[in-house]
Amino acid sequence: MTKILEIKNLHVEVKGKEILKGINLTLDLGKINALMGPNGSGKSTLVNTVMGHPKYVVTKGKILFNGKDITKLSPDKRAKLGIFLSFQHPREISGVSVSKFLKTSEKELNPKFSFSEFKKNLKEKREILEISENMTERYLNVGFSGGEKKKNEILQMLILNPKLIILDETDSGLDIDSLKIIAKGVGEIMNKEKCILIITHYKRILEYIKPDKVFIMIKGKIVLEGGNKLAEELEKKGYGWIEKE
Amino acid sequence: METKLQKAYAMKNKEDLKFKSSEGLNEELVRKISKDKNEPEWMLKKRLDALRTFNEKPMPDWGPSLEGLNLSKIYYYMRPNAKNNARSWDEVPKDIKETFEKLGIPKAERKVLGGVGAQYESEVIYHNLKKDLEEKGVIFSDCDNGLKEHEEIFKKYFMTTCISPNLHKFAALHCAVWSGGTFIYVPKNVKVEIPLQAYFRMNSKKGGQFEHTLIIADEGSEIHYIEGCSAPQYTESSLHAGCVEIHVLKGARVRYSSIENWSKNTYNLNTKRAVVEEDGIIEWVNGNLGSHTTMLYPCSVLKGKNSKSDYIGIAYAGKGQYQDTGCKVYHLKEKTSSTVLSKGISVNGGVSSYRGLIKINPGAINSKSSVRCDGLMLDNKSKAMTFPSMDVHENQVEVSHEAAIGKVGEEDLFYLMSRGLPESEAIKLIVSGFIEPIIKALPLEYAVELNKLIELEIENSVC
Repeated sequence: MTKILEIKNLHVEVKGKEILKGINLTLDLGKINALMGPNGSGKSTLVNTVMGHPKYVVTKGKILFNGKDITKLSPDKRAKLGIFLSFQHPREISGVSVSKFLKTSEKELNPKFSFSEFKKNLKEKREILEISENMTERYLNVGFSGGEKKKNEILQMLILNPKLIILDETDSGLDIDSLKIIAKGVGEIMNKEKCILIITHYKRILEYIKPDKVFIMIKGKIVLEGGNKLAEELEKKGYGWIEKE
Repeated sequence: METKLQKAYAMKNKEDLKFKSSEGLNEELVRKISKDKNEPEWMLKKRLDALRTFNEKPMPDWGPSLEGLNLSKIYYYMRPNAKNNARSWDEVPKDIKETFEKLGIPKAERKVLGGVGAQYESEVIYHNLKKDLEEKGVIFSDCDNGLKEHEEIFKKYFMTTCISPNLHKFAALHCAVWSGGTFIYVPKNVKVEIPLQAYFRMNSKKGGQFEHTLIIADEGSEIHYIEGCSAPQYTESSLHAGCVEIHVLKGARVRYSSIENWSKNTYNLNTKRAVVEEDGIIEWVNGNLGSHTTMLYPCSVLKGKNSKSDYIGIAYAGKGQYQDTGCKVYHLKEKTSSTVLSKGISVNGGVSSYRGLIKINPGAINSKSSVRCDGLMLDNKSKAMTFPSMDVHENQVEVSHEAAIGKVGEEDLFYLMSRGLPESEAIKLIVSGFIEPIIKALPLEYAVELNKLIELEIENSVC
């Protein structure tokens, strides 16, 4: 199996406080992974560190992407390598329409950018996610409902077509219909050349996107790793069960 | 990286002047200007009175510092060695013509404008108006000619009820040494569908430019007038103290747009004011990018009932720049309304501030005003401020004010960068979004130019 992401003994601080305390995690190409854990366990810190947020300081350890050390790369360079993070709280950028933003990103990421291809692709991907043309002409996330913001993240994912896709609580606050549409979008992009990492509290999304592997994170460490069944067990017993063990 | 347009701004022509005053200002020079222009006696008297007022009035003791401006070192009057008001670009000296060509003026004239005036130093060297507009009775000339041919109009409107020479020190200075500029008269009920433009260019160092713009839109008429300005960079300061007077008569509508991109050693102390009669509309579009220091507060006097003022302004302050701009509106009668939308950007230690006033007089019932002024700082070194004033003397009115000052946020940058945008591109995108409401209101050609100018400024200061 080909490793796409390797995290080795990763320690991360935010404002001088250590949040991640030695994470080891390997993700394989062609697999869907879930990372679960209680609030405050460090899941978001981990994925933001993988994307390169400057607030998260790596004090020890490293992150390899396709064997290349990316620990010190800026977020845009990581995006260019094919890493994508669907934000838990997407930012609102006033005055910049979704389509203008997508075009600007796509131009950066795709050396063979063609406007007519882009337009065609945008229409196709919009339709998969049941997003109206009107929405892509609105300012990026400004005045969007929670569901619209998440759909918009998935639209960006489909357009930019990354290799490693990290979904940070994309399911939170979504109704069933929106969840189904998002699962459809994820299903659309997944193939053996991609890898997905889903961050979630709940098993619900995993009924629509079946993980091959589940990681449990508590207090800044990966404490357990298993197959699809682990999520179900967790749902029944809660995190207390793991903490006791 | 320097682009074609930036090269055009920076281009310095060899000084070729018919007349260049000595440094500084005195009565003799004022008399000389008036004599050269063959002015009537009353204009000379007006100039001399204004010179006295200028000498008596103190420098402003508020706003940006004017310490670096040495008024005794400025050349107040420079006549280029060129024909006045040529009607064909072929009659304009080659190097001057080239400058305007690089600035894109003749091309714009052919494509989108109804008429163009071009001023170089103190004189207007080119002026032309499309024939059909001329036939409708539209007058478009420089103010020197305007005064000669329409003396009665000038007696009535030139620095009288709109901008008085007593308004402040630099209005007085302007009145004493004004030269060139634009005179527009639109007859009753004539609607000029395509914009007229004037471009003001300073070339020599330590120059002063004092062009006068007088626009009279007669009852029920409509006009869109655009001004552009620039100058090359020198180490010594230069001074621009223009005046724009607009008379919007009953039911008329005037849109005045200007993009000022003076060199970063210019003190831009400009006065712009419109008097709006019943049912009239004035629209200000104000872009300030260049200059060392700008103090500019376009003012609308809503004199007739149901008259209206809309202002949109954008200011960009980079390294060493201080942009102090804003809008003033006086609501004198009932049912008058005003809107103000202002956006300031500061980067690399630049300072951008909004300074405005809304005054509602007693009796101006059912008047409305809404003001929104936002500032965006691109780094920690820069400053953005707002000084809005509201002076409301009537109860039955609707007044609102919103202001937001912010810095380009780390979270926003991270979001955009996570989609592959390098930091500088992410900042540019955020800025383009910030000014979008203003760009949308501009005519297309100017929207593109302004956007490009701001992107270039950001590239030079962030990258």
